[in-house]
Amino acid sequence: MEWETVIGLETHAQLSTRSKMFSGAATAFGAAPNTQASAVDIALPGVLPVANRGAVERAIRFGLAVGATIRRQSVFARKNYFYPDLPKGYQISQYEAPIVQGGSITILTAAGERSIRLTRAHLEEDAGKSLHEDFHGMTGIDLNRAGTPLLEIVSEPDMRSAEEAVAYARALHSLVRWIDICDGNMQEGSFRCDANVSVRPQGAGRLGTRCEIKNLNSFRFLERAIEFEVRRQIEILEAGGVIVQETRLYDPERDETRSMRTKEEAHDYRYFPDPDLLPLAVSDAWIEAVGAKLPELPEAKRSRYQAELKLSAYDSVTLTQTRELAEYFERTLLAGAGAAISAKLAANWVMGELSARLNEEGRDASQAAVDPARLGGLLARIQDGTISGKIAKEVFDAMWAGEGDADAVIEKRGLKQISDAGALEAIVAAVVAANPKSVEEFRAGKEKAFNALVGQVMKATQGKANPAQVNELLRKKLGG
Amino acid sequence: MIEATLKELAAALTARRISSVELTRLFLDRIARAQAQLNAFITVDPDRSLAQARAADARVARGEGGPLTGIPVAHKDIFCAAGWPTTCASRMLANFTAPYDAHVIERFGAAGAVLLGKTNMDEFAMGSSSENSAYGPVRNPWGANAVPGGSSGGSAAAVAARLAPCATGTDTGGSIRQPAALCGVSGIKPTYGLVSRYGMIAFASSLDQGGPIARSAEDLALLLNVMAGFDPRDSTSLDRPGEDYARDLERPLAGLRIGLPEEYFAEGMDEDVRAAVEGAVAEFRRLGATTLEVALPNSGLSVPAYYVIAPAEASSNLSRYDGVRYGYRAPEYDDLRDMYCKTRAQGFGAEVKRRILVGTYVLSHGYYDAYYLQAQRVRRLIAQDFVTAFERCDVILGPTSPTVAFRIGEKVADPVKMYLNDIYTVAPNLAGLPAMSIPCGFGAGGLPVGLHLVGSYFAEARMLNVAHQYQRATDWHRRLPAGFA
Repeated sequence: MEWETVIGLETHAQLSTRSKMFSGAATAFGAAPNTQASAVDIALPGVLPVANRGAVERAIRFGLAVGATIRRQSVFARKNYFYPDLPKGYQISQYEAPIVQGGSITILTAAGERSIRLTRAHLEEDAGKSLHEDFHGMTGIDLNRAGTPLLEIVSEPDMRSAEEAVAYARALHSLVRWIDICDGNMQEGSFRCDANVSVRPQGAGRLGTRCEIKNLNSFRFLERAIEFEVRRQIEILEAGGVIVQETRLYDPERDETRSMRTKEEAHDYRYFPDPDLLPLAVSDAWIEAVGAKLPELPEAKRSRYQAELKLSAYDSVTLTQTRELAEYFERTLLAGAGAAISAKLAANWVMGELSARLNEEGRDASQAAVDPARLGGLLARIQDGTISGKIAKEVFDAMWAGEGDADAVIEKRGLKQISDAGALEAIVAAVVAANPKSVEEFRAGKEKAFNALVGQVMKATQGKANPAQVNELLRKKLGG
Repeated sequence: MIEATLKELAAALTARRISSVELTRLFLDRIARAQAQLNAFITVDPDRSLAQARAADARVARGEGGPLTGIPVAHKDIFCAAGWPTTCASRMLANFTAPYDAHVIERFGAAGAVLLGKTNMDEFAMGSSSENSAYGPVRNPWGANAVPGGSSGGSAAAVAARLAPCATGTDTGGSIRQPAALCGVSGIKPTYGLVSRYGMIAFASSLDQGGPIARSAEDLALLLNVMAGFDPRDSTSLDRPGEDYARDLERPLAGLRIGLPEEYFAEGMDEDVRAAVEGAVAEFRRLGATTLEVALPNSGLSVPAYYVIAPAEASSNLSRYDGVRYGYRAPEYDDLRDMYCKTRAQGFGAEVKRRILVGTYVLSHGYYDAYYLQAQRVRRLIAQDFVTAFERCDVILGPTSPTVAFRIGEKVADPVKMYLNDIYTVAPNLAGLPAMSIPCGFGAGGLPVGLHLVGSYFAEARMLNVAHQYQRATDWHRRLPAGFA
């Protein structure tokens, strides 16, 4: 039987506020245990929560960026359960009336562009951390993380493969960083996904029973966990079994998911509106003010790149993978504007040489060793014929190594293209004289032989000859 | 001195006829002498109190004293006060010393008042008799075997026995007014949101409201001037301009329209209570007020709605007492679950556990709509009843409690009977309205009867005016229980 995979993701993005969701304590990562836990975070008797305006504003920003509805009144609710790292015995979250409703994210896979619908996004606070390793027969509790603001972004079950799920997670990751609401640091847990995975016979209308895989904190784990889970479910179904609805945990070391708790063991969270917090009111004016401060969004940039810069859909999507890359590209274009460098040339270099280097070094475009002004300067030298594209790669490497701007490298290394007709003519004549066999073959109609002669000229000039000029001179010399 | 009003005390302090240290010692001595009989206090700390008194005296000497500077105030042991044990009368918090001040404590501190001690109460403010205390029951100064009411029973008993010039309380369903009534003193629960709940240990967040207990409406006004005010740390605190609650005290009552709810006078209250309340109504007519019947058709639903909403919120509010970070932890347990179970089974008293169970039940999946949501709908109806009634009258008047103080132990075995004590007091909490109780006579056994006044939102100044004018014409509030002169 052919099986179809159905995936929905729940993503927790830690909002980049300085203080917590409901207290004034700092959110900075890595402090000594319990040094960033205030009376409110510890849930001392008598303390009360106050919603962080900055966190609410970030949720609005997200909602606007995904084309969602921003609720004018959303409600904080209590999710009640006992756990040592949950100080109040309940988590403040949003349940029936989340601040962000609907919206969508565009993803790009080998199959092309697709829109993934969002169900909702809501504000909530994080729990603390239980530390089991360092204490003999005891558990340590670190409440630094307790109360950290989170935006939980819930997708519709719109994804049909692990590849799509990863593309969605990447697009979301890029977006939250793009609009500056989350630092996206997955190692520190600032961006983590839970995946709801089910399978059904191809063409079936009803969804299969799903399993939720918890806490996937890298794109690779997300992909492998889903792939494992899909195989597991298909094996069970094909053996005539049934899927039990449950929460599963991915173990990256053994590359498998295993059961955490089944539906029967699930908590009754006894959600109810938090009486310590009034309904969260968001005015039209506030939404408008937040919208006015939004940067140009990836989709808008993509359309503009295609319409105004005549770039392909692929190039436009690739360049807008991150805000840093898109900004790098635009600054490069601006820096080369004097030499009228083409958008395609800039795009090719940003997606090619630059991205390759960044990937190697694990940096983003804002941390590139060659800044956009210098890359623009280099591309200007290609555009005006000072150097060839091939030589430009050498110049780029030298610039990356810190040898200065393009002109300085070209000058120091003597890489300027030879465009002096007199000098080139002499070299062409010498090459023709030294390669009678190739000349003969060319005259007999073999175009390949011509290329060999061009190669000889380039070799003689260490690649510095202007290739177009060499072509022209050689044809003239051979009387073609 | 024990009979002086707050205004008189302030004048004596300013004129240096008495020092705050002397005044504080006087009341500390009275507390010590009465403690075995009344058990009104959980914590007294003379050194701390006297240090505050000395600071107040210095302030007065500098000429920087205000209306409450140097005046001792007893606080219900539900308000966190930095460095003071704050127990909420629970074994769960027996070892808890608050590291911070509640907003109310801060305000009294800023005014230069002296913290005289922490008063006994029903555990976590759950009760109507102050019997549900891990520190033993409070006794009513008017009758050795009578309860003082609850949950702010320690505060009310202390003020009645002149162990303190005034005190604070909290009121979730009548916990200021009912003990004030049963102890023959005055108490006001302000409009919800007027007094910050920050540092006031939560019972039912949407109903809890702090307020003063004192011997007269005039004193209440001065205390409310200190307690009320916006606090950004409480999201339900109301950001509105400050007001002087004493400004209307001397206004004549001619033209006052008093609403008498037919439902309250129909049946349910004891005859001695009825006689006292009707006497008060007659007095108000003499003072120039007119009376009219009003209807509160949903008032019969207020106790059931209250006993769904309050336990629901309490079940969640009390989840933080888990033995993990502070407070009581069972000495022996097998695993995490066992630690939770034993800690909470041993740390909480029976009434608290009963309400946690009820609250957990009504919030459970499958019951939420039928209980919690339904109760919230009823709550809106009750609030609407009052809005309609206040279109025709300025204040609503009735009994605070259907009976005078009952005997200790009398209702412990029958929670529902105990809950029905709140029949007149819970509706204003559900509606968020201000309400107060003032003494209006004595009933069976020579026990005090309280008169219940409910006002529209933010009508505190008017209500205090009404009460003050009544107290100018009567002396019920000046009576002193035997043995406490």
